[in-house]
Amino acid sequence: MNVSRKLACVVVLAVCTTSLAANWLAPAGYAKQFREVPNAPPSHQHLLGTDDVGRDRFARVLYGTRISLLLAPAAALVSTALAALVGGLAGYLGGIWLRMARGFTDLFLSLPWLFLLITVRALMPLNVSPLVSVLITFLILGLLGWAASARVLSTSADALRNSDFVLQARASGLHGPRLFLIHVLPNLKPVLYAQFWISIPVFILAEANLGILGLGVAEPLPSWGSLLRELEGLISFREEPWRLAPLLLLIIVMTSFQLLLSNEEVTA
Amino acid sequence: MSDCINTKMKMTGCRTFLRALLCFAFLLTLTSASAFSQSGGELRFCLRSEPKTFDPLLVDDDSSLSIRYLTGGVLVRVNRHTQDLEPELAESWKLSKDGKQITFKLHRGVTFSDGSPFSSEDVAFTMQRLMDPALHSSTGDAFRSGSGTVATKILAPDQIAIIFPAPIAGLDRLFDQVAIMSAHSPKKEGAVLGPFMVAEYKAGSSVLLRRNPNYWKKDSQGRHLPHLDSIRLDIQSNRDVEMLRFKRGELDLINVIDSDYFDRLAATSPQLAHDAGASLDSDFMWFNQVASAPIPEYKRAWFRNANFRRAISQAINRDDLSRVVFNGHAQPAIGPVSPANKFWFNNKLKAEPYRPDAALRRLQDDGFHLQNGALFDKAGNAVEFSIVTNTGSKPRERMAVMVQEDLGKLGIKVNIVTLDFPSLIERISQKFNYEAAMLGFRNVDLDPNGQMNIWLSSAEDHAWNPQQKSPETAWETEIDRLMHAQASTTDPKKRKESFDRVQEIVAQQTPFIYLVNQNALSAISSAVEGANPGILSPQTFWNAERITLSPNTQASR
Repeated sequence: MNVSRKLACVVVLAVCTTSLAANWLAPAGYAKQFREVPNAPPSHQHLLGTDDVGRDRFARVLYGTRISLLLAPAAALVSTALAALVGGLAGYLGGIWLRMARGFTDLFLSLPWLFLLITVRALMPLNVSPLVSVLITFLILGLLGWAASARVLSTSADALRNSDFVLQARASGLHGPRLFLIHVLPNLKPVLYAQFWISIPVFILAEANLGILGLGVAEPLPSWGSLLRELEGLISFREEPWRLAPLLLLIIVMTSFQLLLSNEEVTA
Repeated sequence: MSDCINTKMKMTGCRTFLRALLCFAFLLTLTSASAFSQSGGELRFCLRSEPKTFDPLLVDDDSSLSIRYLTGGVLVRVNRHTQDLEPELAESWKLSKDGKQITFKLHRGVTFSDGSPFSSEDVAFTMQRLMDPALHSSTGDAFRSGSGTVATKILAPDQIAIIFPAPIAGLDRLFDQVAIMSAHSPKKEGAVLGPFMVAEYKAGSSVLLRRNPNYWKKDSQGRHLPHLDSIRLDIQSNRDVEMLRFKRGELDLINVIDSDYFDRLAATSPQLAHDAGASLDSDFMWFNQVASAPIPEYKRAWFRNANFRRAISQAINRDDLSRVVFNGHAQPAIGPVSPANKFWFNNKLKAEPYRPDAALRRLQDDGFHLQNGALFDKAGNAVEFSIVTNTGSKPRERMAVMVQEDLGKLGIKVNIVTLDFPSLIERISQKFNYEAAMLGFRNVDLDPNGQMNIWLSSAEDHAWNPQQKSPETAWETEIDRLMHAQASTTDPKKRKESFDRVQEIVAQQTPFIYLVNQNALSAISSAVEGANPGILSPQTFWNAERITLSPNTQASR
């Protein structure tokens, strides 16, 4: 394990541990409004200041990290699994299956998702708790986010299908699912990992955007997405640099994930 | 020799005299030129959306309203500062006792921007076109008082009578919105009587208004108005960009500014930030009381219970909303009329004070009870409802979050749902698939007649329970009666009495829970001289014809 990977591990572990200890580190909670001090700068009481309605930003970052770090990877797992199933299998089978899968993913990618999501929101009941809303949001992201990854995976699997070791395995009498599971899927691992890690920040940002459609994490529950939405007032950055904390945390965590990924790729 | 000297001296004296005469003549020319020429300069500000029309009779959106205000000539004008009605193209006017007829005496010698003369024929043409049902003019709707047509009688080239089939309360003030069109000009809406005229329109980019060379008004020093050469209206929906451009000096004013931006501007340049006080706009929430709405029956029973609504109102801390969400640039709302509406506001009413204890007692009187910190009704149903509001409005989202916490203290669970505007409107006005909603009301009309579409139980915008065939409650029956009563008399005192009573009933029954009246905030560059921001729209440029730019700014452009 090289230094950068060790450092990345430490960072990810530290962030995870801190977010899990949110109850102790920020006992006031993420929803408590300190209305006497809205938009306050950092202080002993509020390490990262307070937000527009006086909620402790440090607490919201910790609880938001917990939600996003748990659910964004979960959504990425769902989408990568779907991508592996559709793209990986189509690439492995080749021929008409590959053409059909590519046509289907192209069609899927060209759909106007914004309008479909608005329809989904319209169909959803209004009285759902914030926790249910966050689960629905990330599930939707996971179910819709597989197409781009599937295209990449189908191309990789297609290349593997005609590789020497697969031909040799076929010549040895290995066929069907066994050949796919033993020889093709393990060789798709680097691509799968890459797609998985890439999807996480995409889903975090997508969740922030979904908030605009009323599909994001419902108030008062925080998430990285909803915290990033606070950065809309670009003018105040110089005056209130502490508001950048969620963005910095996102960058640090994602960079750590990428460092871990690069090592995974090397190992693979 | 001495003669020669004398002659020389005489000649020198003559030259000096001639020089002095020339200087005097030059100065006189300069003075007279400055007296009659225009001060010039180009005022620049933004429209937040594309103007939908340049036809003054079809105007229905903010951007088109701004252009109509700057280009359209009207018979009478509501002074945006004093709220009084003042003569414009009409020297005087007279209302008949029965309230069905208004007679205008027009200014003589006025011409449209294209040079065509203005007369009573143009007023008759405008009114006939405005009242044409095929035009579907929302401005015209305000004049529809009963079945029958609106007649115009030209009494003289400068005198006209307009006769309506039924009395219209506050008739004269409605003409503030009617920009007179030319009956004969081939330019149609391009021929205007206002201080400016549309010179150039680049779709999606800008609208350029130039001074109307034939504008009839002069200032107190006899100078032709308007002072400005032109007004450039850039179409810009992004408020961040608008503020940045203002700070860079590319824009001269921002007509309406959010409290966040206002405070940032006030911190660095307090002289540019203007707070004109509480506006006519209000933010409020209401509960769905529609009988056929797809909500559980027990929730409908809560929402139809005036005590429940009043308790919710008492449990909301409006002072905190004003202070936290609007940084103090809002006032706790009292009722349907803002205190800024000097004549129509009922002075007896006060804002609902924040009294969570009283709210809880009120609920307990109706059988609600607290159990483990959660509120339950008589039948044991946990009190929980959702509030829908539109996405993109930060202040409203913040208010919803604060209401959520306030009601949480009573054990009421509130779920906040933000929806895109079309979906929200569909839910609240067509499907009625919502429980509570939070929205704002932008009031541009001082007269309560402009709110008939809200208060009549049969109206489409009777938000909590629209389009009732007959009023479902006694208090709605009473409001219907009072609104009709105020609309059917021209006596301002009687009208005020009726509408005061409407405001009292609304305070008691709380169909709308009024939250705050936002202040009219604007930003005006120091380059602009003569601006006098007010609370009525258009807040900053209502006296555009008298606004000038500083000489330095003119020189730099």
